[in-house]
Amino acid sequence: MSGSEFIRELPQVPTTVKLSTELKTGSWRSYRPVIDHNRCVRCLICWVYCPELSIRWDGSSVSIDYDFCKGCGICAHECPVKAVTMVPEGGGYEGGR
Amino acid sequence: MRVVGEVRALNGDEAVAYAVRQCNVDVISAYPITPQTIIVERLSEYVANGEIHTEYVNVESEHSALSTCIGAAAAGARAFTATSSQGLALMWELLYVASGLRLPIVMAVVNRALSAPINIHCDHSDSIGTRDSGWIQFYVENSQEAYDTVIQAFKIAEHPDVQLPVMINLDGFYLSHTLENVRVLPDDVVSGFVGFRKPVKVWVPYLGREVPAVLDGYTPISLGIIALSDYYYEFKMMVIKAMEKAREVIKEVNKEFSELSGRAYGDGFLTHYGVDDAEAVLIVMGSAAGTVRHVARELRRNGLRVGVIRLRTFRPFPYEELTKLLKDVKAVGVMDRATSPGAYGAPLFNEVRTALYDCESRPVIVNYVYGIGGRDLSPHTVKELYSDLLEIAKGKKPSSIVRYVGVRS
Amino acid sequence: MSTPVNLKELARESPKLLPGHRHCAGCAVPIVVKLVLAGVKEPTVVVTATGCLQVATTIFPYTSWYIPWIHNAFENAAATASGIEAAFKALKKRGVINDDNVNIIVFGGDGGTYDIGFQSLSGAIERGHNFLYILYDNEAYMNTGIQRSGGTPFGAWTTTSPTGDVIPGKPQHKKPIADIVVAHRAPYVATATPAHWLDLMMKVRKALSIRGPKFIHVLTPCPRGWRFDPSLSIEVCRLAVDTCYFPLWEFEKGVWRLTDRSLAIAKNPNLKKPIEEFLKIQERFRHALTKDTYIVKELQEYVDSVWSDLLRRVGTTS
Repeated sequence: MSGSEFIRELPQVPTTVKLSTELKTGSWRSYRPVIDHNRCVRCLICWVYCPELSIRWDGSSVSIDYDFCKGCGICAHECPVKAVTMVPEGGGYEGGR
Repeated sequence: MRVVGEVRALNGDEAVAYAVRQCNVDVISAYPITPQTIIVERLSEYVANGEIHTEYVNVESEHSALSTCIGAAAAGARAFTATSSQGLALMWELLYVASGLRLPIVMAVVNRALSAPINIHCDHSDSIGTRDSGWIQFYVENSQEAYDTVIQAFKIAEHPDVQLPVMINLDGFYLSHTLENVRVLPDDVVSGFVGFRKPVKVWVPYLGREVPAVLDGYTPISLGIIALSDYYYEFKMMVIKAMEKAREVIKEVNKEFSELSGRAYGDGFLTHYGVDDAEAVLIVMGSAAGTVRHVARELRRNGLRVGVIRLRTFRPFPYEELTKLLKDVKAVGVMDRATSPGAYGAPLFNEVRTALYDCESRPVIVNYVYGIGGRDLSPHTVKELYSDLLEIAKGKKPSSIVRYVGVRS
Repeated sequence: MSTPVNLKELARESPKLLPGHRHCAGCAVPIVVKLVLAGVKEPTVVVTATGCLQVATTIFPYTSWYIPWIHNAFENAAATASGIEAAFKALKKRGVINDDNVNIIVFGGDGGTYDIGFQSLSGAIERGHNFLYILYDNEAYMNTGIQRSGGTPFGAWTTTSPTGDVIPGKPQHKKPIADIVVAHRAPYVATATPAHWLDLMMKVRKALSIRGPKFIHVLTPCPRGWRFDPSLSIEVCRLAVDTCYFPLWEFEKGVWRLTDRSLAIAKNPNLKKPIEEFLKIQERFRHALTKDTYIVKELQEYVDSVWSDLLRRVGTTS
């Protein structure tokens, strides 16, 4: 939920006033994906399958937007060259997924 | 500048269709139901003959009819639909969506009783049941007023301070199917009066500018969002405040229209006859007002001090105007054409009583429930009601506050 | 139409569905929306029925839609689309806009399409409005807490078709919604999954180039409702197609065609996997694999008969 300041000026017609990019869903995850750029072949399959639009392509390399990544692990599962590993957030027990 | 116009023989449905034809409506979407069918048939003819630019969508249910109007209005179009009884009941959830989304849709409701048992004749149970939905509601007395009010409705709905949908109620069969002389204005005069729909603008912070609050295919706005308990109440308050703003707008548009056509309906909220010196007043909505006024005139000629108030606007409810008119009256009879089983009296009675509760001196207010399921109201019955009221005005205690008139016991 | 799909270009375009939405981790719905809207050119209006997609993306004051969007009610997405199309036509006639060629893309869940929204969908198709209807089918009323819908498969657990001692799971088969739309003689009907992303994108492109009502039935697995690990959403889609539980086909101008993996399976039947492969990855079918095993047999028979029927239709119309 918002947790931000209460909007005092409501629009006359019920429409939204902010973009959801202000909500950093990255706080949801328990595991974070880590890309091994030596293995990555930049096929962008991870971008195709990411539900959060958290895989970014800047023209030369793939990166993860940790502000939004929910740690679902689809990218790690689908990467054809196994370049993505899921690592527990904040350390935790040994060994990722 | 006054325009006289020409007289045509039209029944209530035809009068509504004729007015819609002149009002630059972009999208009409409706589903037939007796006694509204003539409206949709006439409109289909106008569209098929290319007389109007309107897109007519022949939907598969009334629910889809109002849904289509909502979609069209959200895309910036002027939208119209019409229904009755079961159709209105089917689109009930969308009435709230239309007012919640602040869409200026205009709908003609040809009042017909609700099933069960199924009945196609006139009573107000269909529209009275929608009084909380945030729609501005008019009840017209004759086909002329139906024609005039449809034209006024577009202006009222689309006023930037209002932006609420408007419902025009006309009595099924009494008005919808009865031929009357209706004085219509020329096409260009009406078109000039209502203009074309100009959507309101809304400030969108993430775009950093004001945009028309409609879907144009390019501007990324989201309409019909979910508002949880931290915001829903405020959105509802905006509808309530808009309804209050509508009071002034209704009066203004009534005045503007009367300057154009020579016809005003009181102050826009109600008309009254003989109330100034009346001891007993009947309050009525819809076509029965004609019968009541006819009897009142006769009784007044015989020296009886009776009056009649016809309520034109039910939402927003004209409590101030009623309070002013009725404070010196001794007995008031509220005539309801709908019922509310389990309530203390019928809906209009409850609204009038509540409006007058805070007055220092209040009349005795009784309820006469009549005409349910299209049961006719005769002048003879109205005379009896006035006699009853006059006795109450003289101090007789009413045998019961709520009387169901014309029903076999 | 013939320009190839270039992922590297698409990944640089500004997204129409923004991150920060409230969908569960691993939910396939935002994947589907992203793939459908990728490369769609303006002007476009998106209509959504009440459901997971609508609720997760527009909680006031936030929206995840950077594209014109409307939500009306649960059962009237198709009727709302009809109204929007009519409005654009009328506004063009009136001279307010120059072009009424607006893409109207409707996203409806299985609730808002199979069941409560069925009537308005059927009416809109019969009237021939120009819109693309994407059914994102997660096979239950997921937003209200995993209740069964007309799209829930035979034997599946849901909260209103629970695996009780007397009735184990849903006793009815999945309604063949895409077949019903074909029976309306809609100009283009197809099935797709987000796993077969290129197939989905090409079908969307083809649909948007055709005038009239188009319908694409997209299987959209739900980690919460189907009970599997969130990382397996795409894997589940793949298994659904490999077992022929959800064949990929398209219907255009009276011709049925298999596409992508389903076409490969038709050519080489050895690729077809037994239905257990699809069932065992999901907890909602656990009872079918342990105590109520007749469900597996019946589902296999059903899937096989639908598949052979599809093969026959493809064979006779191509």
